[in-house]
Amino acid sequence: MNLSETLQSAVSSILSNKLRSFLTMLGIIIGVASVVAMTSLGEGTTEEIIGQIGSLGSNQITVIPGRSRGIPGMAVASRGGNMLEWKHYLQLQDFGFPGIKNIIVENTTSFTVTYGRESVRTRVIGTTPQYPEVRNFNVDIGRFFDQKELDNAERVAVLGRTVAQDLFASPEEALGKKIRAGRITATVIGVMEEKSSGMQDLGEQVFIPITTMQKRLTGSEYIQSITVQTETEEDLDSAVQFLETFFTNRLKDPEKFSVINQQDILDTINQVTGTMTLFLTAITGISLLVGGIGIMNIMLVSVTERTREIGLRKAIGARPFDILIQFVIESSLLSALGGIIGIVLGIVISQVISKFSSYPAIVSVEAIIIAFSISVGVGLFFGIYPARRASQLDPITALRYE
Amino acid sequence: MNQPVIKVEDLWKIYQLGEVQVEALRGVSFEIEGGEFIAIMGPSGSGKSTLMNILGCLDRPTRGRYFLDGQEVSQLNENQLAQVRNKKIGFVFQSFNLLPRLTALQNVELPLIYAGLSLQKRKERAMESLEAVGLEERVRHYPNQLSGGQQQRVAIARALVNNPSIILADEPTGNLDTRSSEEIMHVLQKLNREGKTIVLVTHERDIASHAHRILHFRDGQLVDNENVEQPLEALAVLKELTEEKVVESV
Repeated sequence: MNLSETLQSAVSSILSNKLRSFLTMLGIIIGVASVVAMTSLGEGTTEEIIGQIGSLGSNQITVIPGRSRGIPGMAVASRGGNMLEWKHYLQLQDFGFPGIKNIIVENTTSFTVTYGRESVRTRVIGTTPQYPEVRNFNVDIGRFFDQKELDNAERVAVLGRTVAQDLFASPEEALGKKIRAGRITATVIGVMEEKSSGMQDLGEQVFIPITTMQKRLTGSEYIQSITVQTETEEDLDSAVQFLETFFTNRLKDPEKFSVINQQDILDTINQVTGTMTLFLTAITGISLLVGGIGIMNIMLVSVTERTREIGLRKAIGARPFDILIQFVIESSLLSALGGIIGIVLGIVISQVISKFSSYPAIVSVEAIIIAFSISVGVGLFFGIYPARRASQLDPITALRYE
Repeated sequence: MNQPVIKVEDLWKIYQLGEVQVEALRGVSFEIEGGEFIAIMGPSGSGKSTLMNILGCLDRPTRGRYFLDGQEVSQLNENQLAQVRNKKIGFVFQSFNLLPRLTALQNVELPLIYAGLSLQKRKERAMESLEAVGLEERVRHYPNQLSGGQQQRVAIARALVNNPSIILADEPTGNLDTRSSEEIMHVLQKLNREGKTIVLVTHERDIASHAHRILHFRDGQLVDNENVEQPLEALAVLKELTEEKVVESV
C-alpha cells in the first residue's frame, strides 16, 4: 500500500467523523494558535523596542545622575541627584578621549510655547549642536543652531514638526517667526523632519541651545544627561570604562551617576524576550502534550471501533506494518491538520490584537515551522501506541468482533 | 501430475485455556484437487471454524503440515502469511465485511492495493471481477445501498479479484434469505465451472448439497468424506422458487 493511498484512506476516515476529528484536533489547535499568536506579538513588540532604541542613533552611552537599574526609563535619582554640571561636559570635551566622536547634553523641561494666539504645551529640550547627528534626527527646513549661537546663549529655537504644524499654518511659515516659551522670546531657525520612535511622536519637541535654557529659562547649571557617541561599536567598552573613571573622579562617588550603554539595554531586552520565549515553549509543550493525549485517546477508540475493518484488511493481505502505517498516518494527519488550523488561527488572532491595540505583530516563520513540526511529531508519537495495538490484533478475533 | 491445491497432513490445533487443553483439531488429513467444490460440514464445536482459519492462513496449526499450491505454509511468519492470504486465498464471510465508507468498486480493489497494483490495473481488474458476479451496474454504490445478496456478491468479487488458488467461503449464506442464498450459490457454482476451487463451510445440509464433495467433521476429526452424486443446481432451485411465487400469486 503506497503513501498516497494511505493518505487518501486517512483523509476519508477523518472526514467521516468530522465533529469528533475536530474535537480531537482542538487541543493541538489551541496550543499552536496560542504560541503563534504570542510569539508574533512578542516578536513585534521586541522589534519595536529595539527599533526605537536604534532610531535614536547608534553607539551611544548615556550618563545620568543617580543610580540606574539598567532598564530604560528606570533611573532612580539617589541623594544629591543633580550632580552633573555644565563644566563636566566642557571637561569631557577638552579631554578628547580617543574613539569618542560626539558629546551632547540634553535637558528636558515642559513649557507652554505660544505664537500669536496659538499655544501648545510641549517638551523643550536644551541641547548642543551635535544633537541631530548623534540622535540621527535631522532638520528639514532651515537649520539647527550652531556652536556660536550656543556660546552666546542666543534666543533661537528649532521646532519639532508637530509643534510647527500646531502653531503655524504650515511648517515653512515658521521660519523667522518669534515664539514665546516661558519667559523668553526666540526666533525659529529650523523645523525638524517628521519622525516617530514607536509610539512616541518626536515632532512634539522644541530645541534650544542648552546655554539659553540655563541662563534665560531655568537658571540652573545642572545637566540631566550627557550622551556620548563613539566612532565604532568596538569603542563602546573602552568609552564606558573611561566614563566610569572620569565621573568617579569628578563626583567622588560611583553611586551618584550611572553610565548606560545602549548595548546593555538591548541585551536586557533580549534577555527578557528569551525568558518569555522559554515560558511560551513550556506552555506550548504542555498544551501539545494534552492535545497529544487527546489524539491517542481517540485513536484507541477508533482502533476498537474499526476492529472488524482491521481484521478484514489483514485477512485480505495487509501486513501488520500496513495497518501500523495506516493508523500512524491518520493520527499524524489529524494533528498536522490541527497544526495548520492553529497556525492560521494564531495569525488571525495576532493580527486582530495588533489592530485593536498598539502592539505590532510580526508573524515569525520560524515559530510557524516549529509549531507545525511539533504538532506532526505529537501525532506521530501519540499515534504509535494505538497503531501498534491495531497492527497486532489477531485477524480471527478481529473478524469475529461485534 | 495433478498436484492437489490443498493437502493437509495430520493437522492438530490445541488451545491452552488456563489449565485446560482444548483439542480443536485432532489429526486431520485430506486433499482437495484443483477445480473441486468442497463443503465442510459439522455442528458447532466440530472444529470446522478452526480448520477454516488454518486453511485461510489466518492461524497456524499446532502440529501437522499444510501445503497450499505445493507450498508448505504451516510455519510461515506473519508477513509471509499475509502475502499468501493476499495472493492465494479469497475470503467470503458470513457478515460480508465490506467497508461501509468505500464503494463496491473500491471494496473490490482493496486486496489489489495491498498487492501493490497501479490504480489503472486495479480499476480494470475490479470491474472484471464485479462483472463476473453480475454487479457491473452497481459499482458506484455503497454497501448500505445494496441488498444483502448484492453485498455478498461484492464480497465474492473481492475474493476473486486477486485470482486466488482457492475461495474460502465461511457460511456465506448465513445472513441471507433462501432466494439470495441460492443466488450466491449460483454465483459460486458458476465460478466453480469456470475452474475456481471452492471450499465452503456451512452447517446447512441444503447449502452443502450444492458441492461435489462434503467433508463431515465432528469433535475435531474428519468423520466422513461424502461424494455428492447429484449436486443441487442453484439455477434450478431458483427457477422453482420463482414458479412457487407465481403459483402463490395466482
